Amino acid sequence: MSDNKLNSKVPAGPLAEKWTRHKADIRVVSPANKRKLEIIVIGTGLGGASAAASLGELGYNVKIFCISDSPRRAHSIAAQGGINASKNYQNDNDSVYRLFYDTIKGGDYRSREGNVYRLAEVSGKIIDQCVAQGVPFARDYGGLLDNRSFGGAQVSRTFYARGQTGQQLLLGAYAALNRQIATGSVKSYHRHEMLDLVMIDGKAKGIIARNLETGKIERFGAHAVVIASGGYGNTFFLSTNAMNSNCSAAWQCYKHGAFFANPCFAQIHPTCIPVHGDQQSKLTLMSESLRNDGRIWVPKKKEDVEKLRKKQIKASQIPEDDRDYYLERRYPAFGNLVPRDVASRAAKERCDAGFGVNDTGLAVFLDFSTAIKRLGKNVIEQRYGNLFQMYEKIVDVNPYEEPMMIYPAIHYTMGGIWVDYNLMTTIPGLYSIGEANFSDHGGNRLGASALMQGLADGYFVLPYTIGDYLAGEIQTPKTDTNNPAFEDAEKRIKEKLDKIFNIKGKQTVDSLHKKLGLVMWEYVGMARNEAGLKKALEEIAEIRKEFWSDVLVPGENNEFNQELEKAVRLADFIEIGELMALDALNRKESCGGHFREEMQTEDGETKRDDENFMYVSAWEYKGEGNKPELHKEELKYEFVKPSTRNYKD
Amino acid sequence: MKLKLKIWRQKNAKAKGGFETYDLEGVSPDTSFLEMLDILNDKLIREGKEPVAFDHDCREGICGMCSLYINGRAHGPDDEVTTCQLHMRKFKDGDTITVEPWRSAAFPVIKDLVVNRYAFDQILQAGGFISVNTGGVPDGNAIPIGKEDADESMDAAACIGCGACVATCKNGSAMLFVGARVSSLAKLPQGKIEAARRAKAMVAKMDELGFGGCTNTQACEAECPKSISIAHIARLNREFLCAKLGD
Repeated sequence: MSDNKLNSKVPAGPLAEKWTRHKADIRVVSPANKRKLEIIVIGTGLGGASAAASLGELGYNVKIFCISDSPRRAHSIAAQGGINASKNYQNDNDSVYRLFYDTIKGGDYRSREGNVYRLAEVSGKIIDQCVAQGVPFARDYGGLLDNRSFGGAQVSRTFYARGQTGQQLLLGAYAALNRQIATGSVKSYHRHEMLDLVMIDGKAKGIIARNLETGKIERFGAHAVVIASGGYGNTFFLSTNAMNSNCSAAWQCYKHGAFFANPCFAQIHPTCIPVHGDQQSKLTLMSESLRNDGRIWVPKKKEDVEKLRKKQIKASQIPEDDRDYYLERRYPAFGNLVPRDVASRAAKERCDAGFGVNDTGLAVFLDFSTAIKRLGKNVIEQRYGNLFQMYEKIVDVNPYEEPMMIYPAIHYTMGGIWVDYNLMTTIPGLYSIGEANFSDHGGNRLGASALMQGLADGYFVLPYTIGDYLAGEIQTPKTDTNNPAFEDAEKRIKEKLDKIFNIKGKQTVDSLHKKLGLVMWEYVGMARNEAGLKKALEEIAEIRKEFWSDVLVPGENNEFNQELEKAVRLADFIEIGELMALDALNRKESCGGHFREEMQTEDGETKRDDENFMYVSAWEYKGEGNKPELHKEELKYEFVKPSTRNYKD
Repeated sequence: MKLKLKIWRQKNAKAKGGFETYDLEGVSPDTSFLEMLDILNDKLIREGKEPVAFDHDCREGICGMCSLYINGRAHGPDDEVTTCQLHMRKFKDGDTITVEPWRSAAFPVIKDLVVNRYAFDQILQAGGFISVNTGGVPDGNAIPIGKEDADESMDAAACIGCGACVATCKNGSAMLFVGARVSSLAKLPQGKIEAARRAKAMVAKMDELGFGGCTNTQACEAECPKSISIAHIARLNREFLCAKLGD
């Protein structure tokens, strides 16, 4: 059933030898030729920064773009908990195979065996690389690297730097990038946003970007373009993504013919600070590592729930016997460490049943009292001090004394641009890495795996695979940005911006984005069903109409204009929201982060349908107003046997 | 809450700026300071006025993008927070709040409250790295590093590059920023090899870009949202001195 337009290019042969053999088979570019080749990288998070630095070191001419004032602001910086690697430093029987197996199982068997195995295989080298760069990972008293356990795993394989692992890894990649900027091999464009992809003769050859400081539209040419611009979680308006995170770069690629894969697979993170009111713009994540020592519960009795909501009692006053540690009850083997999708749905189940706390009824407790008794306050403070401080600053409650309140929120998107084993999209010369692609996490990503994937792609996969394509481009001269393709693209972008400006309607960008977010959360969020998804499609179409007839963007086009930036991004969020709903409607199974209410077991667990849906859905853009075409990449499991995910025993 | 906001407005880098006053009502004490500005902007846009430009991104206190000078303090009246984590409960109903951009010769204003901090990147490009290429490095556990050294390196590495230290310093000095990076790498064996070159190159770049000198007022440490210690400035001075003596 696999589509002939989709060739995953996963090499044949034994699982453990695929990557080694592939590396031996692909072409390389000589140093003299690398100097003649140009690569554009969009985004400076873990994927983009590590790729640009590594490609610069190899001798390519790299141009890297970020929308912030500095590459270091990319949202990878906010990852707290850690990064997985199969080092087996703890002697707890970890291995490349076990990390591979946990990741593919955690993804609910909707990712490629070959890709995931490669990820596990290079994971150890990432740690070595980061240590060499001076990343101050946590160490024990003997001076060796420390590990912690994380959701979805029974071994301790997560490396961390306090609660700031993403920050430290990004600063490592950013330092490597800075070194290349200093040598001149990488040129960095800050406050620049890619607004269009430029293709010549069917190949990716450059971009159109807007200089956000001046509003000037600029052209940049290259021999290959790498999209590392992150995910589309902000479609939901309220999410844990940074305010400026957006999917526009990836979306323009989709519109030029790059297939978009598994858009409905979005991750809802179980431990976020609950929504407090309608003036909120952003949700804050509390690291999943808190579940190592925190126990999640809600009251057993409804009268306690009532009293809590009326603030007549405090959580700490509820006796042990009246607490329902529902994760420990439902999933004895993994307890509070079940994967994110399972933990999120379990919280929703309790809240829907009326046991939710907080004045909204949309929160559960994350309690450290047992751990503080067992380990002492000092140990807890050492492990999570900055997270506790952050919680207290935001919520004004001391989590050493009263349990935290948490609720699930949109956090990460597993779906993204379809790529083959070489990380190339369906457009020749266009690559996608990190969260922006769909490749390694299937239906659900395990904690501490995003950092691993971003850096694996950037340091150890793309620098090899891109050479295979560029080896065919060594005769191609530098891309001429006066080519008509650039002129057309620039004209189109200018017209689009003018069109948005000239609407001069009544609704602000944020108010429309909030409307979209509510529809997405209600119908395309934690639980989805056919009627709801159809309704979502109607409502999103309505919001789209409202946007193009009634949005109000103040200021001027040719100046620093944040409202214009947001408007351009929202136009794309509306379209990706539509595609998410469409994909969710098509996937009539429950799988990973995608829960179709029609497809569940008697005790409310996901019911996967391997017979009909063991495929990657890859959507092809068919032009404005037309339904995109679905292509299916069949997933073949040669080495593991897909089973029902069981975290109970 | 009801608030009177005095906000610095400046059309662009070349324009002359000035304060504008806005009244805002119905703000919940649970909103963050930046959400309060979101509410103000929504109101301004609806009234046909230009919204206030300000930098922000993660809103979790880690990206270092937000950069407001509130009531005469970098990141406002709360301690150990960035502006995005400052909440309105730290103010009183009826308060007048003054909001300005970072003010420093090395950070020119782009628009309203947005400044250009590219100088920080340039300082790091001068030497804020360990010169290793991807691949070909030893196993992560090949070089044991004492827990205390690793912890101290991490303390310094917690810097988010927001620039509050520069904005606070009466001399506009970037010594805490530079000290944090130099110190973080100097505490690790991997970073020691290039320590002398790094300290000299980063200090030279800092001077070249128009940052002022350090006169030990310690204001930077007091206002740093991540509480980076001025002990790292002392280590920078030591590294710099040793490097110069080695010349």
